[in-house]
Amino acid sequence: MWDYSEKVQEHFFNPRNAGAVPDANATGDVGSLSCGDALRLTLKVDPESEVILDAGFQTFGCGSAIASSSALTEIIKGMTLNEALEVTNQDIADYLDGLPAEKMHCSVMGREALQAAIANYRGEEWKDDHEEGALVCKCFAVDAVLIENTIRSNGLSTVEEVANYTKAGGGCSACHEGVEAILSRVLAEQGKAFDPYARAPEAAPSAGGRKLGNLERIRRIERSIEAIRPNLQRDHGDVELIDVDGKNVYVNMTGACVGCQMASTTLDGIQQRIVEDLGEFVRVLPAKAMRKSA
Amino acid sequence: MTTPPDTQGIYLDNNATTMVAPEVVEAMLPFFTEQFGNASSIHAYGNRVGHAIKQARQQVQALLGAAQDSEIVFTSCGTESDSTAILSAIKAQPERKEIITTVVEHPAILALCQHLETEGYTVHYLPVDGKGRLDIQQYMDLLSDRVAIVSVMWANNESGTLFPVQEMAELAKSAGVLFHTDAVQAVGKLPIDLKDTAIDMLSVSGHKLHAPKGIGVLYLRRNTRFRPLLRGGHQERGRRAGTENSASIVGLGKACEMAMEHMDDEKTRVRAMRDRLEQGILAAVPNCFVTGDPTNRLPNTSNIAFEYIEGEAILLLLNKLGIAASSGSACTSGSLEPSHVMRAMGIPFTAAHGTTRFSLSRYNRMEEIDRVIEAVPPIVAKLRKLSPYWSESGPISDPAAAFAPAYA
Repeated sequence: MWDYSEKVQEHFFNPRNAGAVPDANATGDVGSLSCGDALRLTLKVDPESEVILDAGFQTFGCGSAIASSSALTEIIKGMTLNEALEVTNQDIADYLDGLPAEKMHCSVMGREALQAAIANYRGEEWKDDHEEGALVCKCFAVDAVLIENTIRSNGLSTVEEVANYTKAGGGCSACHEGVEAILSRVLAEQGKAFDPYARAPEAAPSAGGRKLGNLERIRRIERSIEAIRPNLQRDHGDVELIDVDGKNVYVNMTGACVGCQMASTTLDGIQQRIVEDLGEFVRVLPAKAMRKSA
Repeated sequence: MTTPPDTQGIYLDNNATTMVAPEVVEAMLPFFTEQFGNASSIHAYGNRVGHAIKQARQQVQALLGAAQDSEIVFTSCGTESDSTAILSAIKAQPERKEIITTVVEHPAILALCQHLETEGYTVHYLPVDGKGRLDIQQYMDLLSDRVAIVSVMWANNESGTLFPVQEMAELAKSAGVLFHTDAVQAVGKLPIDLKDTAIDMLSVSGHKLHAPKGIGVLYLRRNTRFRPLLRGGHQERGRRAGTENSASIVGLGKACEMAMEHMDDEKTRVRAMRDRLEQGILAAVPNCFVTGDPTNRLPNTSNIAFEYIEGEAILLLLNKLGIAASSGSACTSGSLEPSHVMRAMGIPFTAAHGTTRFSLSRYNRMEEIDRVIEAVPPIVAKLRKLSPYWSESGPISDPAAAFAPAYA
């Protein structure tokens, strides 16, 4: 039996707002029959104020799917559409005092139905970017599709790296066989073999008291920056190494990072990473600081 | 959320596990206290336990109709018996690299076979038709001297459908191929007489027939080539090392003796309760149907697909009334797909997720069945009222077109 909270049970046994709203002016249909979940959310929206006057759900699904649908309708009634768009699946799960890891997708379905219904009201087309595979890591609710995509986009090759990037396998470690299987498959497609004894490249031990040569030092800094780039690229930014001068590491922020208010925070993050990988303190500075001092 | 079974609960999930019979518990208790000896010891403490295990072995032998009591090997569970059988066959015949099984086996077989595929074995999964039946011609075509072992379940745990394992074992024998059957659902519910069959190996699980969990049997026909899974001691004639689980072995022996005594009860009274339950539900609930092959199945099992609703929700509402059943829906298993058995039979998703299995035992009573017949229709109606596939009185017309969610 699933470990459902009292609140989940209560919303399942006595669902609120079940059934379609009469004279609804927004409908969102989401779900996957193969997974056994499908949800139709109907809304009555006041055209003047865009306030959600009424919400109703029809759900084909398990106990937590019905409870999540019920919770969603309770949360959004009285909100404006813009407020409702801010509702996350975590809000739905929190409203229910939490959901088991295997059931978090029920709350995701609720949020997607809401977005689909609002898109429907506004005459937009809602596109789903949601892809879901079999749950691999139960500690952190990470599925196979996410693991596979992360391995591909970051060129990962060890179980340790997968845990660092996705959290999968970072808990009880029971899923390491499954993570290894995904790694073996993806690496085989790239013509490589999975080596269970390989250490994560970034996790190479720091100099251990030995002073690094210049070349090795710069290579390590480059590796650290290469490891960070995928994270920035996800947000359409990028970073390149310009020069290393003693304790100063000069980089160029490009793409969306240019003019981003978070750029200095990002630099701090890069600095922290390099310090960890290098085993010594350095300062990471924007390249323009280099020109000033020159 | 739990209701003690002895007060008002109705337990119809006996294919998952069964209550340990009170007589079995009674037979076991001395083996935790005064009869604690190690059967291998030379002194009287050990000797008495050795005699009790011998008696249990004969009780199991009688239920299975085995020719020799030495053909009974005690293991820790049905899964261990299954793994032992298949791994033994491939180790003893390293030149044979193929395995024949079916798509509807229990994960104890399927997961092992899938793993062996990664080690270079070719596994042939026999498909089933809409009623869960095999194509024997297809099976015959696959038998060859490349096949290390055939493993086919006697009765399906979800639908109760029976496979013609005796005939299939004869065919394997004439092709010179070992035959194993996972009979954990069949033993105790159907008369079995192994000495009159060509079955080489058979798996039993104690907790499916009112013995405790943690005890199983591998039947191993005399002269079958065998390689043990566990080495490390002379127990079970060196075929399964490890100090005997004497209390559970004695319990299983008693449970087998009782199953023999109640075999007619299974065929008559249990079957009558099952049939009444099924007919009662089918008559009262629209849009539901029996899955599997109703003319050829276990006497205790009924698997009903309720269309347009989801099984876990059904089980939770039944549980609230103290009724225990199980489902083939994705959500009850923690996986994302509905039961592989239902999918193999081509049951559509809208029905597969709503499959509900009622599995009875001799401890059920007709009054309980009548209460379940009353309880089910309102539960189905309540969930259908929530379902986007259901309108006031029936399924919406053309459900696939009327409700086409964004990533179906």
